[in-house]
Amino acid sequence: MSVPETGSFGDFVARAHRAGTLVVQPRMGVSGPAAMRTGLVATRKATATAVGTITLDSYTRMGDNVNARAALAAGIELNGYPIVAHDPAVTRAVLDGVAGPEFPVQIRHGSPCPEPIVAALIQAGLHATEGGPVSYCLPYSRMPLEDSIPNWARSCDLLADVRATGAEPHVESFGGCMMGQLCPPGLLVALSVLECLFFRQHGIRSVSLSYAQQTNPDQDTEALLALRRLATQWLPDLDWHIVVYTYMGVYPRTPAGATGLLEEAARLAVRAGAARLIVKTVAEGYRIPTFAENVAALETAALAADSCLTIVGDPGDTGIHAEASALIEAVLDLGPDLGAALATAFRRGYLDVPYCLHPDNAGRARSYVDSAGRLQWSSIGSLPIRGVVGPTSSARPTAAGLLAALSYVERRFDNASLEQEYQADSVGSAPDDRDPDPGDRSPAASRPA
Amino acid sequence: MNHAEGLEVSADGLSVVLTSVSSDSHTWNLVVLQLVLEELGHQVHNLGACVPDELMISECLRLRPDLIVVSSVNGHGFHDGLRLIRQVRSRAELAGTPMVIGGKLGIAGPGCDRSRAQLTAAGYGAVFEDGTGLTAFQSYVGRLAIGQAS
Ligand code: B12
Repeated sequence: MSVPETGSFGDFVARAHRAGTLVVQPRMGVSGPAAMRTGLVATRKATATAVGTITLDSYTRMGDNVNARAALAAGIELNGYPIVAHDPAVTRAVLDGVAGPEFPVQIRHGSPCPEPIVAALIQAGLHATEGGPVSYCLPYSRMPLEDSIPNWARSCDLLADVRATGAEPHVESFGGCMMGQLCPPGLLVALSVLECLFFRQHGIRSVSLSYAQQTNPDQDTEALLALRRLATQWLPDLDWHIVVYTYMGVYPRTPAGATGLLEEAARLAVRAGAARLIVKTVAEGYRIPTFAENVAALETAALAADSCLTIVGDPGDTGIHAEASALIEAVLDLGPDLGAALATAFRRGYLDVPYCLHPDNAGRARSYVDSAGRLQWSSIGSLPIRGVVGPTSSARPTAAGLLAALSYVERRFDNASLEQEYQADSVGSAPDDRDPDPGDRSPAASRPA
Repeated sequence: MNHAEGLEVSADGLSVVLTSVSSDSHTWNLVVLQLVLEELGHQVHNLGACVPDELMISECLRLRPDLIVVSSVNGHGFHDGLRLIRQVRSRAELAGTPMVIGGKLGIAGPGCDRSRAQLTAAGYGAVFEDGTGLTAFQSYVGRLAIGQAS
């Protein structure tokens, strides 16, 4: 854990964590260098302990630098910063005087072929990024795992070489966010740990394990505690921390609902002892956020975290730790080379992500949101967790049923915010006057805890 | 047998190619749209995420679908969609195949009338931007199925 003060990402987060402060971070990326710099400066100036982000555009993610360059030439605004299409000197100028030991900047991409991206971020003087051979392949491409895994191995090797310059490179696993939604927590936790083990096998010594907020705060707390236990067990020799992602699925559309969900994520992160939180904005359900919306989200999250006491009630044990353990061990049993083991695990369906269309995903595992709002398996395919998972059902999903599950969180928070508005409008009227929402299967859950 | 409101449609419904654009990896949109189309009795060939232009064309040449549905939500859909349909329309075999697009097509929220007009001018039979709901799409497909059967 002893990392010198070199301005490394992991070190910055560890110091804040020791000081009892949650680090908050946006997703932020625009095509133009000047605007990108403005966004980083705005993040740095936010009233929060923040780290900076450069989110890359979809063309760069796919290695399609032809279309990225064409868009730049035509003045077309992309959904992120095309770091490979821009000259390294341009990106260095974006960062100059903004990024540094007091404000580390991470590149967030989503690429199964990240070598050019990693080369570009190193040339720009950066050393923190995100992803993983599975988590940046299955939800982000149609590329075979057989290609993504060696691509990621080489990228980690490349990044590990940065240590020679005195900085400690950092890689965050995106494994805790498969498909953004409807992936049961045990599998998310297992993938985060497995990808960090993969990073370690390729020379990375500072990592973070992710977990994306799902449908139920108690279940999420249990999952985060399981993730902590497993990281302690499996990564004793690494610098590691836990990063929570504010809900990554269909997002509330009302401003109050969106903010309520963000605040719940901040409280979840604090209560479960996570060190960092990636925020979401009120624009999430609609479009790419503005810098102002992102800064507001950072400040809202920081405030919610500050006013939350670090006391975690016992969330109970519904078996998330046992499930994640079983998955991790089943993969490790497949052989010493973790890359090869991961590929075999997917081939055999030992790892199987619900609703993922990627050709290398078995697609036999399925999930649903139960009446208490918890994510459960409805079918486990060949996942080696038969012993730890309760009975499953085999009902085929319908469009309406799937849309209801996908919008469960959105409805929970949007209904709560509309209800508040209604109550504010009708001050004095008895609460019984309220129109109950017949569409919500779980009226008790319509008010965030 | 599939009967849409009593009108005769081929037993297997329409053959539909459902596709993302080359830069877009979102798939929940595809999963849901596939179910919606299947529940209407149509046959869906879901090409999945990040479909390269050439793969999309070759699959359409192979399958000769009755309808091509392009779905994109990552904000590049407008530009990727324009590039894609120009290539589709340049193939004589696909010059007349009905093709629609929908989702979140730009990075700044729903586009203006002009951008929708550009898409239809390029050959899209309809543009279903986020917020238009699935009912308009369902009735479009219904009309197409009837038109084809009669
Ligand atoms: C889940 C999610 C992800 C997951 C996707 C996993 C997967 N493989 O599917 C992950 C985390 C991987 C992801 C990644 C990215 N995402 Co994303 N994602 C979302 C999120 C939160 C939910 C999308 C979803 O699942 N919706 C559920 C489905 C069922 O609904 P839908 O997608 O809206 O589709 C429905 C309608 O749009 C409509 N529709 C869609 N297409 C069509 C076509 C026709 C013909 C018709 C009739 C209707 C129709 O019907 C669909 C079915 O009901 C949205 C924000 C939100 N909505 O809350 C952002 C969002 C779509 N993502 C966004 C972006 C930009 C990205 C990234 C590029 C990263 C980034 N820069 O932030 C990458 C994609 C990389 C790439 N190569 O493109 C942006 C797009 C911005 C824009 N359009 O302006 C959004 C809006 C978030 C935001 N505000 O920034 N994402």
